[in-house]
Amino acid sequence: MRSRTPSGMRLVNLLLSGWTGLVFLFLYLPIVLLVVYSFNASRLAIVWEGFTFRWYEQLWHEFTAHLADERRSALIESMGNSVIIAAATTGLSVLLGTAGGWLLHRYRFPALRTISTLIFIPMIIPEIIMGISLLIFFKTVEMELGFATVIISHVTFCFPFVLVAVQARLAGLDPSLEEAAMDLGATPLKAFWHVMVPYLLPAIISGALMSFTLSMDELIVTYFTRGPKSETLPIKVYGMAKVGLNPLLNTISTVFIVGTAMLVICAELLKGTARRSREPG
Amino acid sequence: MTPGTGQLPEIQGAQRRPGLRGWLLFAPLMLWLFAFVIAPTAIMFVYSFCQRDELGQVVFEFSLSNYTRVFDKTYLKIFTNSIQYAAITTVICLLVGYPVAYFIGRASEQIRNKLLMLVMIPFWTSFLIRTYAWMSILKAEGPLNGMLLYMQLIAAPLDILYTPAAVVIGLVYSYLPFMILPIYGSVEKLDNALIEAAFDLGAGPVSAFSHVIVPLTRPGIFAGVLLVFIPAIGMFAITDLMGGGRVPMIGNVIQNQFGQARDWPFGAALGMTMLLLFAACFALSMRKSDAA
Repeated sequence: MRSRTPSGMRLVNLLLSGWTGLVFLFLYLPIVLLVVYSFNASRLAIVWEGFTFRWYEQLWHEFTAHLADERRSALIESMGNSVIIAAATTGLSVLLGTAGGWLLHRYRFPALRTISTLIFIPMIIPEIIMGISLLIFFKTVEMELGFATVIISHVTFCFPFVLVAVQARLAGLDPSLEEAAMDLGATPLKAFWHVMVPYLLPAIISGALMSFTLSMDELIVTYFTRGPKSETLPIKVYGMAKVGLNPLLNTISTVFIVGTAMLVICAELLKGTARRSREPG
Repeated sequence: MTPGTGQLPEIQGAQRRPGLRGWLLFAPLMLWLFAFVIAPTAIMFVYSFCQRDELGQVVFEFSLSNYTRVFDKTYLKIFTNSIQYAAITTVICLLVGYPVAYFIGRASEQIRNKLLMLVMIPFWTSFLIRTYAWMSILKAEGPLNGMLLYMQLIAAPLDILYTPAAVVIGLVYSYLPFMILPIYGSVEKLDNALIEAAFDLGAGPVSAFSHVIVPLTRPGIFAGVLLVFIPAIGMFAITDLMGGGRVPMIGNVIQNQFGQARDWPFGAALGMTMLLLFAACFALSMRKSDAA
């Protein structure tokens, strides 16, 4: 390694690291403040009036009361809806994405490019266009808006992420692996299940985590395709934030930030192991 | 080398044309794409030429009237307004994000992975939560005003929330990670030797940057610009929350057509116009990045 850094470069590096620090401060300060304010005793959630667990207790009470069927809480219900929708979306996206990624890797035919492009469209198209086009579509085929329509919309933009992750992992695959399995007498299905699925598992899991988070967070497409009984948490939070600040919102947000951070760290660790296991030993 | 080339035909053998079973396996994927990507877009296209009656029901009488309305002064202004906001957001994100992406991309592997994770966490945190965080900061009674008042920099609290500035802050804050990540991807692939060669040939940091580094990271810049600019045009939630409805954007107008205004055909025409704009941006950047 040659390290002949001109003295000008050292200054540039110093400036770059300082700038990066400032940008991270900009990225994290609001999040930190939000978490801090979730422990604020003030009902207005703005002026600091001392430390309290009150809002967490209130959220917990709403949660238990809702589960015990004592008092219906629209907030908790929307949380449950979001989890149901995200779980269904993840399951379907994994099926569609894994099968699609494998098929697109395995076969070569003229329409392949068109299909690949079509798969990318939902990943990059503005969400509002996807939302209104799906709404018009559901109306035309007379499908009632509800869980099914929200799940369909979510799968449409989530499965490409699984597919891309699977395709990326397949690109590094030794084709003899599957052939060896078949030579040893496995049927294509068995070979797929016992050889390909374990090999693809890290990609499938990281795609699944991505689908789950994307679905949990999605607002715009859901806004158009939801029904009155399938309100998701982001829809509810959007409605609450529009009215104004609310201490419970800080609490829920904090729970979500912690959850997201944990998911990201898990996914990154997983990617690390996947990379290591792929390196020749 | 030789054993590898001997295997080549077999690899191609594995990547064959699908037979009947292959097509059957493909069917769910193709059906899904057809039903939920192609068909909705086609129907939206048809809707955009329809009319609505007084009750807001769609009447299938075809004309271009929705499109002439899109290019009416009022809506054209909102369209250009939205593009302006999206463009300002994109430029700020690029200026703020590029140095960060560059620093992360050139850092040692250990530091790089940690910094990358720090970008990923806000990237994955709901934009709604992050927008809400800014709402509480910018409130008249919020901590920003509190601090500025305490430091006696201002005499009365500033009204930042519900202004265009707040909208831009909200958009930049939400989309900044989308700019940093793709640029980082390009910077990471930069060949050190090329930069050193530039210095060896007498280039200073500035000309090395503009003549070597920027052209080589162009694909990342294009990807970042697309990932920020396109969603920023149609975003209505951030503009609604941070602008308080005082800053009308095309996203809000579209949303309204499917809500109170109950004019789905006009909403579809606005959507189609946006789709065309998006396709044009996309095609342009594809060609540019191919040329790079």
